[in-house]
Amino acid sequence: MMRFKNNDKSSAKAVLDVRHLSVRLSGEEGPDGLVLDDISLQVHEGETVSLVGESGSGKSVTSLAVMGLLPKGALEVSGGEIEMDGESLLTLTPSQMRRLRGQRMAMIFQEPMTALNPVMRVGDQIAEVLQTHRELSRRDCRDRVLDVMQQVYLPDVARIYGSYPHQLSGGQRQRIMIAMALALEPKLLIADEPTTALDVTTQAQILSLIAELQERHGTAVLFITHDMGVVAEVSHAVHVMKHGKIVEQAPVETLFRHPSDEYTKRLLRSVPSLVPRDARSQESTEPVLEVSDMQKVYSGGGMFFRKPGTHAARDISFTVKRGQTLGIVGESGSGKTTVARSIMRLVDPTSGTIRVAGKEIATLSRRALRPHRKHFQVVFQDPFRSLNPRWTVGRSLIEGPVNFGTPHQEAYERALEMMELVDLPLDALKRYPHQFSGGQRQRIAIARAVMMRPDLLVADEAVSALDVSVQAQVLDLLDEVQERLGIAILFITHDLRVAAQICDEVIVMQHGAIVEYGSAREVLSRPRHDYTRLLIDAAPGREWDFANCCELLTA
Amino acid sequence: MAHTTQPSAAMQSVLGMLSLPRQWRLGAGPLIAAVVLFLIVLSALLAPLYVPYDPMQMGSLNRLQPASAEHLLGTDQYGRDLFSRVMTGGRVSLMIGVGAALFSVVVGMIIGLVSGFFRTADAVIMRIMDSLMAIPAILLAIALVALSGPSVWSVIVAITIPEVPRVVRLVRSVVLGAREEPYVEAAIALGSSMPKILWQHLMPNTVPAMIVQGTYICASAILTEAILSFLGAGVSTDIPTWGNIMAEGRTYFQVKPGLIFWTGAILSLCILSINLLGDTARDMLDPRLKKREA
Repeated sequence: MMRFKNNDKSSAKAVLDVRHLSVRLSGEEGPDGLVLDDISLQVHEGETVSLVGESGSGKSVTSLAVMGLLPKGALEVSGGEIEMDGESLLTLTPSQMRRLRGQRMAMIFQEPMTALNPVMRVGDQIAEVLQTHRELSRRDCRDRVLDVMQQVYLPDVARIYGSYPHQLSGGQRQRIMIAMALALEPKLLIADEPTTALDVTTQAQILSLIAELQERHGTAVLFITHDMGVVAEVSHAVHVMKHGKIVEQAPVETLFRHPSDEYTKRLLRSVPSLVPRDARSQESTEPVLEVSDMQKVYSGGGMFFRKPGTHAARDISFTVKRGQTLGIVGESGSGKTTVARSIMRLVDPTSGTIRVAGKEIATLSRRALRPHRKHFQVVFQDPFRSLNPRWTVGRSLIEGPVNFGTPHQEAYERALEMMELVDLPLDALKRYPHQFSGGQRQRIAIARAVMMRPDLLVADEAVSALDVSVQAQVLDLLDEVQERLGIAILFITHDLRVAAQICDEVIVMQHGAIVEYGSAREVLSRPRHDYTRLLIDAAPGREWDFANCCELLTA
Repeated sequence: MAHTTQPSAAMQSVLGMLSLPRQWRLGAGPLIAAVVLFLIVLSALLAPLYVPYDPMQMGSLNRLQPASAEHLLGTDQYGRDLFSRVMTGGRVSLMIGVGAALFSVVVGMIIGLVSGFFRTADAVIMRIMDSLMAIPAILLAIALVALSGPSVWSVIVAITIPEVPRVVRLVRSVVLGAREEPYVEAAIALGSSMPKILWQHLMPNTVPAMIVQGTYICASAILTEAILSFLGAGVSTDIPTWGNIMAEGRTYFQVKPGLIFWTGAILSLCILSINLLGDTARDMLDPRLKKREA
């Protein structure tokens, strides 16, 4: 049963009141320069308001405008009003604004590693916030820091006080960020994608932590996210943004049950369902990829004595058949990427065998492996880095076939066909990667891999960096490619929804080992292992069927 | 549709390798620098055709003459025409500058690419580079000149050797960063050979840094040549170079500052233009910067 936060907070005092706010590019008149257009929203005491939208919709610009942190000379407020506790923020001087930030409003960022100073102990970083705004003795300050660190449930606070950010896990770093934000008990907390970089289980902990602290202090929270599941879990009210405008705003349950705007409906439809799809009929039983007893140990190094190595993957065995998709799910550090990279031979497995299209490749030398590489191709996570920025798309596409002796002209013709398959204009071949969006680049990366007519495609988090609607398109494309060419796909993902949507079979990995391996239907609806159950339980909004706007009916 | 407009394969790969920007639009600063440098290079190259006197012809009667209609910039302590010497001197100076820059960049880039990509070669190569860096340029030049006699080539080699490790380090650092990029891994997965990955994927990343480093080496080589000439370890003293004109003029600075002033002015102009153009070229060669303009 999905439990929405239905307690109405709109009668409470409004902490943040944004009215008809518009922001434009500095020095650009006319409708083209408008980045935010007529944004109005209110956040009340103890209320969580979500801003949801895809990248470029203006949700982060909204939060920066509220914080008074719009980049000078690039963006400026051109109309409207931002009030906090009835006081206008737009007329404040920079130093008044500085005093306000931290004291009465605070922000949590997406990437806790880059938001923390890497060369300063985390305890001192929290203390710095306190000392900037309050007169406190050294001892009181330390006590206060340890106290807030305890409030965010950090273990062994005395040790963590003296740790540097790189010594902490992602979840711990985000807790430090929250501790910093809450050190001065602000009335308004702006959380800009605070859990996007975290694993699902950590995400669940952080979300409940924010909710609990909000409950205790009555903080108003402006929550920015692109994840509909998270929205369903945390918010009282939701604002959907598109191209700098708010297209729909409603209390959370109303929005999910009866979305009225077309764009909202489209966004909800693209949220992949957690209900696994049925395994497709296995026309072929020909195995394309057979991995057995593969191990990968990263040696510990050490000058004179070998330190014990790290087992990044142990006893990995599985097969993928032609036309089938096998998903590997797990959290960061579970070894799923190590498995993918070993199969691609981007790292050398320590032992075990890998057979691709009938040939053993685990022990081949790099030179001997090269002629065999056309049988297996890879699509990476980050579409902004997986294409050479100095090469035209056409040149990137024909690189592989030309390596294997296809004449230029023929390869180019095949590239033109590929553009049609991935639904991009033919003149895309003459352009450079930076002229395309993330989703388009990912299509190009898929086209480049498929150009080789491989038997196996390894997709390493291939849709994780994309917006949901783009994600849905890319998943459809992978499906279509698979149907047409009958290739086997090994799909690495941390997202159970995506895995449920595309995979016939699923492997769950933890600490470098396989904990569960079976058909997607079996594993995701009747998990046998505790860890699998934990993963499924942590998926935000798991009881809700977003596409059909109703509770999920699980058998 | 694209069949007719597609350039031939060879042509395409050449164009791709250079990745020349579509429009060579220059701002006012770089444009002036380009014109100044062009004039300096042209006047140095054509010097024998227009200078009024043989730059080595001495005249004991008109030593240290002030500027006059006869001697545009006056004469030096041996009665040689300063204008003719400065103009001719640019030939050797520029040749040493360009030669040293080219050699250091080419040699340094090859070594740096190999060192950055192959872990095993790296340790050995970098230690050799470290020891090369420990050799002082001036001492090496004196040794080389002592061995092979004063010539333009020994000066170029003497300047190049200590510069190479700096280029190697720069190229290596760029390659170390770029080799982890997914597009390089994708190229490995596509079956590209090592030389192809090195040359076509990694090398272009180093070009911007190389242009800046090359112009810096060019400028510093012209200055180093001046030092070597001053010490008598450079090109033989009767051949005029900007370096030895100034070196010899130093003694007479209070009597005739023009000896250093005019030579120094043209040298500074030349180095300033080279550096300005280097920066501009780097910006233009980066396709990602073009996006921001658009």
